[in-house]
Amino acid sequence: MKHFLTLLSHELRMLLVSPSTYIAATAFLFFTGFIFTGILESYTKAPQDASPANVFFSTFFLPVFFMVPLLTMKCLAEERRLGTIETLLTTPVTTTEVVLGKYTAAYALYVALWGATGGFFYILKKFSNDPRLLDSGPLIGGYVFIAVSGLLFVAIGVFASSLSRNQAVAGILAFVMLAALIIGGRWLGEAGFINRDVLAPAKAAIDYAQVFSHYDDFTRGVIDTRHLLFYFSGTALALIFSIFSVEAKLIHS
Amino acid sequence: MSAPLPPAIEVAHLVKSYAGMTAVADLSFAVARGEIIGFLGPNGAGKSTTMRILTGYLPATSGTVRICGHSVATDPDAVKRLIGYMPENNPLPEDMRVSEYLYFRGRLKEIPRRKLGPRIDEVLELCDLKRVRHKIIGQLSKGYRQRVGIAEAILAEPPVIIMDEPTIGLDPHQILIVRDLIAGLRGRMTVIISSHILPEIEMTCDRVLIINRGRVVAQGTPANLRREVLGRTAYQLTVAGDFAALPALLITVEASLKITAQGEPDASGFVQLTLATERDDDLGEPLLTALIAHHYRVRALSRAHPTLEDVFLAATRRTWDATQPNPPKAPAA
Repeated sequence: MKHFLTLLSHELRMLLVSPSTYIAATAFLFFTGFIFTGILESYTKAPQDASPANVFFSTFFLPVFFMVPLLTMKCLAEERRLGTIETLLTTPVTTTEVVLGKYTAAYALYVALWGATGGFFYILKKFSNDPRLLDSGPLIGGYVFIAVSGLLFVAIGVFASSLSRNQAVAGILAFVMLAALIIGGRWLGEAGFINRDVLAPAKAAIDYAQVFSHYDDFTRGVIDTRHLLFYFSGTALALIFSIFSVEAKLIHS
Repeated sequence: MSAPLPPAIEVAHLVKSYAGMTAVADLSFAVARGEIIGFLGPNGAGKSTTMRILTGYLPATSGTVRICGHSVATDPDAVKRLIGYMPENNPLPEDMRVSEYLYFRGRLKEIPRRKLGPRIDEVLELCDLKRVRHKIIGQLSKGYRQRVGIAEAILAEPPVIIMDEPTIGLDPHQILIVRDLIAGLRGRMTVIISSHILPEIEMTCDRVLIINRGRVVAQGTPANLRREVLGRTAYQLTVAGDFAALPALLITVEASLKITAQGEPDASGFVQLTLATERDDDLGEPLLTALIAHHYRVRALSRAHPTLEDVFLAATRRTWDATQPNPPKAPAA
């Protein structure tokens, strides 16, 4: 792990000097700001049950679907396409260090982008002077959920990037995998056939992997170790597969 | 070379096959420390594959590769600290500045921070890159990019440098710079370069290794290769006089000297002849003296220098002939 910090600081530096980072950040904040404004507008029309933070974070999957593939599709696919992975891996670094460095940098950017949405709540507090609108429970729970689930989402994106040398293919793969995890899990859980007795173990597994129910727990302030374990182990698995994928491509190239 | 040191590069019975194709077939060679060796071969001969195996980037199917005594297969970490590698097509990140890139690579190659700054200045100076040190690599011309690749390879002063076609796409002036640069490494570092530009290899390299279809077909110094593959020294002679007596006269000059090709006489009776001999030393003077003494009129005499190109063509053709009876294998792309 000697070179992890060198690689990480290199990746972060490249993110900071790259115009695409700023374009992505602006687009992301514009999009989430649009959602946030829409939520506030609905509050002006009729009183609502849930706090704005609760409604805002429940739309987490929309930015995730677009942002995670965009942030991660470049990381390994680009190295392979340019061939710079060859110069990188012939220095005394390991594949693990390379993958972890890229993953950590992408995750840092992901968290920073979501962190910037904290500004919305600050503005709301500053101008509304209504403490009811700012319920700290869902707010903190929501950010913790974003940070923890982001570990897995970004890892899935990195894995998709390790599969192809084409950025577009990597991006679409990441999108499909994230959609399968987030929407597909919910769809399967609600499907009628899953309630049959034969499929009971499968139902238990699917219920465990429901990202939306994890989200509900987090915003209610329940930080369940089972959920944490789900995201941590999923992240570890996705990263291990990414490392294997990079190495397997070398052996069979 | 002191005896106990193992050779810089030692390759024994190296085989690499990709899904059904054999790119490298039983390749064996050794490179002494401080030697500059040229790696020649037609496209698809297995040059790049061999180089990638030497760096530990690709695993070999069988055989052993040792760099300074460390096995590439079992001790890749040690090997990676001993080599500087510039791959084919010289991949570089597009959006970094030259000095930033060298700093990053230097850190990865475990050069201490204190030494890295002066060392970067040194290699920038060596590779004539000072003017572009703050430029973004993506905006550099091919020649500069190539030199950035070379600067990167020699950055950590590794004992072994492996460069895959370092002079490709350079103009003659830049080739000269690169050649001097590589020649400057002689004795301090072991350099293995592949190239298609044969005069290039001939001028820089101590020894040449010609491979074809994954096998070594010829190796040795350029001069030895010429003798071994082409067998003789040739002279071009333009002369007029009594041609019937000429062969006998030639034998008196040197026993092995004979005419191998004879052109048509021109209007003034001069004929262009090609002579061949097994002697390596220059026979020009005795030949001229003998010809003048026997009243031949000589217009021109020159010693033909078979280029490495001729050797290369002859050597690769020879293996082509040798492999013809076998079922032809698809050459690696």
